[in-house]
Amino acid sequence: MTDQPLVVFDGVVKRFGGFVAVDKLDLDIRKGEFLAIMGSSGCGKTTTLRMLAGLEAPTEGEIRLGGKRINDLPTWRRDTPMVWQSLALFPFLTVRENVEFSLRMRGVERTERRKRVDTWLERMQIAEFADRNVAHLSGGQRQRVALARSLVTEPEILLLDEPLSALDAHLKVRMQTVLSNLQRELGITFVYVTHSQSEAFSMADRVVIMSRGRVEQIGNAQEIYRTPRTRFVAEFLGSSNIFAGNVSNVSSHAVTISTPAGEFEVAPNAARPLAKGDKATFVVSDDRMHLSNSPPVNGLNRLETSVVGEEFVGATAIIHLEGAERIEIKAQKSHDELGELDLEPGTKVWVSWSPEATHILPRE
Amino acid sequence: MNDFNRNRLVDWALKLYVALSFGFIFAPIAASFVFSFNADRFPSLPLGGFSTVWYEAVWNDPLVWEGLRNTLIVGIVVSVLATVIGFGAAYTDFRYRFFGKTVYVALALLPPTIPVVILGLAMLAFLSSTHLSGAIYSVMIAHVVMCAPFAMAICRLRLSQMDPSLEAAAWNLGATEWMAMRHVIIPFCKPAIFSALFITMAVSFDEFAVAWFVSGLNETLPVKVLGFLQGQVSPRINVIGTFVFIASMTLVILAQILLMKRSAAPAGGAKETGAVTP
Repeated sequence: MTDQPLVVFDGVVKRFGGFVAVDKLDLDIRKGEFLAIMGSSGCGKTTTLRMLAGLEAPTEGEIRLGGKRINDLPTWRRDTPMVWQSLALFPFLTVRENVEFSLRMRGVERTERRKRVDTWLERMQIAEFADRNVAHLSGGQRQRVALARSLVTEPEILLLDEPLSALDAHLKVRMQTVLSNLQRELGITFVYVTHSQSEAFSMADRVVIMSRGRVEQIGNAQEIYRTPRTRFVAEFLGSSNIFAGNVSNVSSHAVTISTPAGEFEVAPNAARPLAKGDKATFVVSDDRMHLSNSPPVNGLNRLETSVVGEEFVGATAIIHLEGAERIEIKAQKSHDELGELDLEPGTKVWVSWSPEATHILPRE
Repeated sequence: MNDFNRNRLVDWALKLYVALSFGFIFAPIAASFVFSFNADRFPSLPLGGFSTVWYEAVWNDPLVWEGLRNTLIVGIVVSVLATVIGFGAAYTDFRYRFFGKTVYVALALLPPTIPVVILGLAMLAFLSSTHLSGAIYSVMIAHVVMCAPFAMAICRLRLSQMDPSLEAAAWNLGATEWMAMRHVIIPFCKPAIFSALFITMAVSFDEFAVAWFVSGLNETLPVKVLGFLQGQVSPRINVIGTFVFIASMTLVILAQILLMKRSAAPAGGAKETGAVTP
């Protein structure tokens, strides 16, 4: 992987009538990276992908592919194949004819076509279904046909628009592995649009989080998870406890923030210098919260709460708690840890966390 | 049907009702068919002997052949033109969004709802003032106007079943708009296109009123039949009626089979999905 950008979005705006789908997007996509664009529906992620594919034209700004402006290049003259959410396989063609389609459209000669299709059928393990109608395949097989159909021209970049959303959980994980391996072996750029955190974080080198047409944060899974940049990102990930308040004291090693729920000591953030009286928001992720039935030892931030309920998430559980001023707290714990506590709804529980577990949001 | 609340009497009454309805619809046609093989000059019971004499009479009548030839030429030309126009109109509706689209679709589907007498008169007035009346192409023009909406309705239905990303997927894979039309849209719509060809041909085949207004000397078969009826009651009418009925029904049934085949096609694949590991 090199740092040379393959695709550049330079101040790209896309409006549909009065609706701004993408708002001044600046984004570099590197050669050979697996980039996921994540956000809830309507955040502009699919529009961004469609502009890159040439299915929508930007209203303002410039998109460059390999240094060349491609704003007005029709999609059939770009080599930016896309794997569709619906897969969009041609139902009246066989597996082979589907995979062959783009080679035929580009006028590749017959024997060459056959050779390249065979290679890809083999590679995607669908050679045995070559002459079957695509309607007669299972979900996973159809997925592989869609991939082979897009990759048969050996493009520099592959666009994927939530291709796994229709699959069941098991097959989804299996296809994630297929995609990751494929991307690593081919060394080409994958741009993957999804609303699923698990898909984005498990496959992508970098994740872009979008909201209302703007980029909220770009980074790898750890960066985004541990150090969200905005309140939106923290809320979107859903695993953080968010506290907002005013700075009441600043020392060399800690910042004290006074919130409606109490005063807390927070680790300073170099990206966000604070002075007394500033407004500040900090987050603590739910797996860094300690729970106890008796008051914890000193040196920790603590909060007295009562249990609201428990949410089962496989190997762990999320305890929902409520503190003073109706502040909501979440704590994620293993079942072993929870077994030692009394967590009947309504029970008093002390929540505590160390200043090092906190992160001050760089932007308010 | 659920056996639990089934009433025998109601059951029988319903079956009888269905049988009577079919009888009411098909009895005149069946009578026409039976009498076409009757040796008697007048259609009355009891039947005379079996005979194909009227078929021979029709076979040897040059006027009938001329009418049939006109009908066929008109039918073929009309079905092709109406299907092309209908498909184009349906695709425009499918692909584009524009101001006044609702009005466009409503207007495009309007002709079959106009009473044929009014349409016939209007056609005659228009065609004669543009010096296009009284010829075989007058009938063609009038029939294309009447048939294109049927073709449009059929193609529109088919396009509405298409995954909207299919065409964009073709462009994305390197097909220009014309190539996508040729390699994706038309193959997808093929059953509907054939079905539209047959239906429009059938509509043109037994359309009488408008053809009567505009055909002049180039009478189609249904117009000829009226000519026979006005002159004399001849069992030859039964023969022609039987023939027209069989021809139209064949076309309509062919269209139906095509439409049914395509809706049944995807179901076949579901069975295997579980068995093969992806």
